[in-house]
Amino acid sequence: MLSIKNLSITFTNEFAVEAVHDVSLNIAPGERLGLVGESGSGKTMLALAISGLYPRSTTRISGEVLFNGTDILKCSSKELCRLRGKEIGMVFQEPMTSLNPLMKVGRQIEETLKMHTNTPPTRRRELALEAMESVELPDPKLTYEKYPHQLSGGQRQRAMIASAIIADPKLLIADEATTALDVTSQSQIIDLLARINERHGVAILFISHDLSVIRRLCNRVAVMHAGKIVEDSSTQAVFENPKDDYTKRLIAAIPTRDKRRRQT
Amino acid sequence: MTLKYILKRVGVFVVTLFVISTLAFIAFSIIPGDPVTRMLGMNASEERIVEMRSELGLDKPIHTRFFKWLQSFVTGDFGKSYSYSIPVRELLSDKVLTTASLSLMAFVFVLAISMPLGLLLSRYSIISSKGAKSSFQRAIISAATALNQIIMSIPPFFTGIIITYVFGLILRFFTPGAFVPYSGNPAAFYAYLIFPALSIALPRSAMVIKLIRGSVLNEAGSDYVRTAYSRGGGQWYVLLVHIMRNALIPVINFLAMTLSDIVAGSIIIEQVFAIPGMGRLLLLSISNRDYPVVQTIVVIIASVVVILNLLADVICQYIDPRIRIT
Repeated sequence: MLSIKNLSITFTNEFAVEAVHDVSLNIAPGERLGLVGESGSGKTMLALAISGLYPRSTTRISGEVLFNGTDILKCSSKELCRLRGKEIGMVFQEPMTSLNPLMKVGRQIEETLKMHTNTPPTRRRELALEAMESVELPDPKLTYEKYPHQLSGGQRQRAMIASAIIADPKLLIADEATTALDVTSQSQIIDLLARINERHGVAILFISHDLSVIRRLCNRVAVMHAGKIVEDSSTQAVFENPKDDYTKRLIAAIPTRDKRRRQT
Repeated sequence: MTLKYILKRVGVFVVTLFVISTLAFIAFSIIPGDPVTRMLGMNASEERIVEMRSELGLDKPIHTRFFKWLQSFVTGDFGKSYSYSIPVRELLSDKVLTTASLSLMAFVFVLAISMPLGLLLSRYSIISSKGAKSSFQRAIISAATALNQIIMSIPPFFTGIIITYVFGLILRFFTPGAFVPYSGNPAAFYAYLIFPALSIALPRSAMVIKLIRGSVLNEAGSDYVRTAYSRGGGQWYVLLVHIMRNALIPVINFLAMTLSDIVAGSIIIEQVFAIPGMGRLLLLSISNRDYPVVQTIVVIIASVVVILNLLADVICQYIDPRIRIT
């Protein structure tokens, strides 16, 4: 479905940093792919390239990002607008600031429909309430009328997910979607993403620096380091038999019960 | 909005007016000059001056005079002008209308100029995720920004002089100095005010444009804007629906200040265009030491400032649910 071929992204400022270097990556329909790496490894730039949201004026990009056969990098801005939200949904890291503070939560959830379909407002509202129900937001009718600052971090992230899946996209990109949340909400959101994946068959690209989170959600893991993909195989294979040195260090960095016992 | 909030704001309003009028009263008793010598001339006899002073109540101590003024003011009696010998209310009514018309017209011009241009300039200044700006686009933006900066720094009286020269003396769109009162011919009255209003509006519009652009650019980098793009919003849609509402909050507060500034600053432009408005009367009354007139105008201007700020607060609360008082 999504196939990235030899993608490189270089910043055109005086340092000419290469954020992504010759990356090739495939995502099959319905797959849950985890992309892991430390901050600055190019994960987010990769995600922004997939959605065409990368900063064009300050970067140079080469390679191909094929989404069902269309090269996203060659799309016009109109074509990109048709793709975003409709085909590719996105959830970002900061639930506190990712929603417009002046707009009712329900209106933001149904906005994706407003942009892509001719659904009448009353039907849009119904669909928004349904989506809110499916992301397990409490009391959808009441929450619909609320503003973002009246929701908790976890609830806002649920609202973000609802707005990302309401138009039934083929791919959901979750860029550090659970990083800013506390452990309980984090694990609830991961379970929710897994259920959404099973129910709607939407492929998920889950980006995180936290391998333990990825292990719970994803069936495949790609490890990114300094702009390159250093490892790409099934979750099981990566954890049981990591090939790359960096991956081994990442896995060793996951706190386990044994280690904790040793430390105390 | 609760009753408590309304009461609080009304309380602040009353206290502000009280403090301002007290200060104005004190200022007048400190500065040299005397309305009586102004009225009677330098050669008036000593007895006549004493007689006049007691007639106007000026022989009494300042606090007695102040409370007497305050007492009649709150009952709606603004006193009688020393120099015109007619009630202040009568003297001011058409002057207030003139200045209010001029100020409002200038404000409408500010809105009509700055809103569309500010939006357009911000639209093209946003560092777009959709493609690098062409060098032509960049040149237009720098030229517009530079022009804006120049217009912003020209004081209104100078704009007024240039407009009078170009539109009045060369193009003859209006006759400088041929002011028509509202009671004479409303259409001609408003027509005469167009150019003065324009000279007030130009530099202020430039300021508002700069503010809109800064505020929009500031908001454009926010996460919620990226979210709106990720849902498939186009540039204009995201700008108008998402960015604008957020960016308008500082602009609305600035607009309230601008309007009160226009009212208070009408003194200068009324001089330049020979408009017999409130500002001109204030200037004259200060030099004539015409206390009742000055006090009333000071209270009017202070009320305008306080009310406009209150209005801005209410509008911002309507827009922003986070600062809404429930």
